[in-house]
Amino acid sequence: MPDHQINPNKWIDLYADYLFNYTISRVSDREIAQDLVQDTFLAALKSMKNFKGEASERTWLISILKRKIIDYYRKINSNKGKAEVRINYKDSDSEGDWLEERVADPFDKTAEDALENNELGEAILNCLSKLPAKQAEVFKMKTILDYETETICNELNITASNLWVIIHRARTAMANCLKENWL
Amino acid sequence: MSKIKVFMPCNEAGHICDKAQYEEATLWDKIKLKMHVLYCKGCRKHTKINTKLTEIIKVSNVECLDKKCKEAMKKTLEQALNENKHQN
Repeated sequence: MPDHQINPNKWIDLYADYLFNYTISRVSDREIAQDLVQDTFLAALKSMKNFKGEASERTWLISILKRKIIDYYRKINSNKGKAEVRINYKDSDSEGDWLEERVADPFDKTAEDALENNELGEAILNCLSKLPAKQAEVFKMKTILDYETETICNELNITASNLWVIIHRARTAMANCLKENWL
Repeated sequence: MSKIKVFMPCNEAGHICDKAQYEEATLWDKIKLKMHVLYCKGCRKHTKINTKLTEIIKVSNVECLDKKCKEAMKKTLEQALNENKHQN
């Protein structure tokens, strides 16, 4: 039994957005990304014993997630491979250059842009995690999920002027946090 | 003709600046803000940084999960955790 007690509710509050953001910049599909993050948490739960606490919990989760993403691409690439072999056998001109060139590589498309933006995305989520929970929640809903003011007010049971005060504090804190490297 | 208020205190300018980040400031709001930052250095600086924050969040394409989705994840995870406990 590891001495490290885990609380799944906390796990998701702490890491789900970070893992999701990491995934979606690599698979570009919300639903698939959600599934991969869910799978990652479940796999992590099963292999808790292997977590020695040498890395941070987040790094450990990311390493599991990376494998999940690779598995996902392997699966879709093997399907593609099968389809293309059949097509290419009919065409003698392209014989010999089919497989390697046609395997979709998830990491080569605009790799550098994605990498830089991903770093920025991570920095934003890091700063968000330093905010008080309520501020972070409101800021996320308003700024990242693009919810209407009214929707947020109803869901969180706050007034509009309340919301704007929270947004103001959150934006000021975010600007301070990101100032050094990004603003 | 009623007197139109052009000058406003900084906290109001800050509020308009926040609303402007979400396209929720009216044209008149924006005009007032423009006037205000002409003579107020502090608000000028704040507006610049606030606008930059909006820009970098936009280019970052940062994404996050909504509440419902997280609740669902929590449920699944809790279930799995309970099953684990029973097995041990």
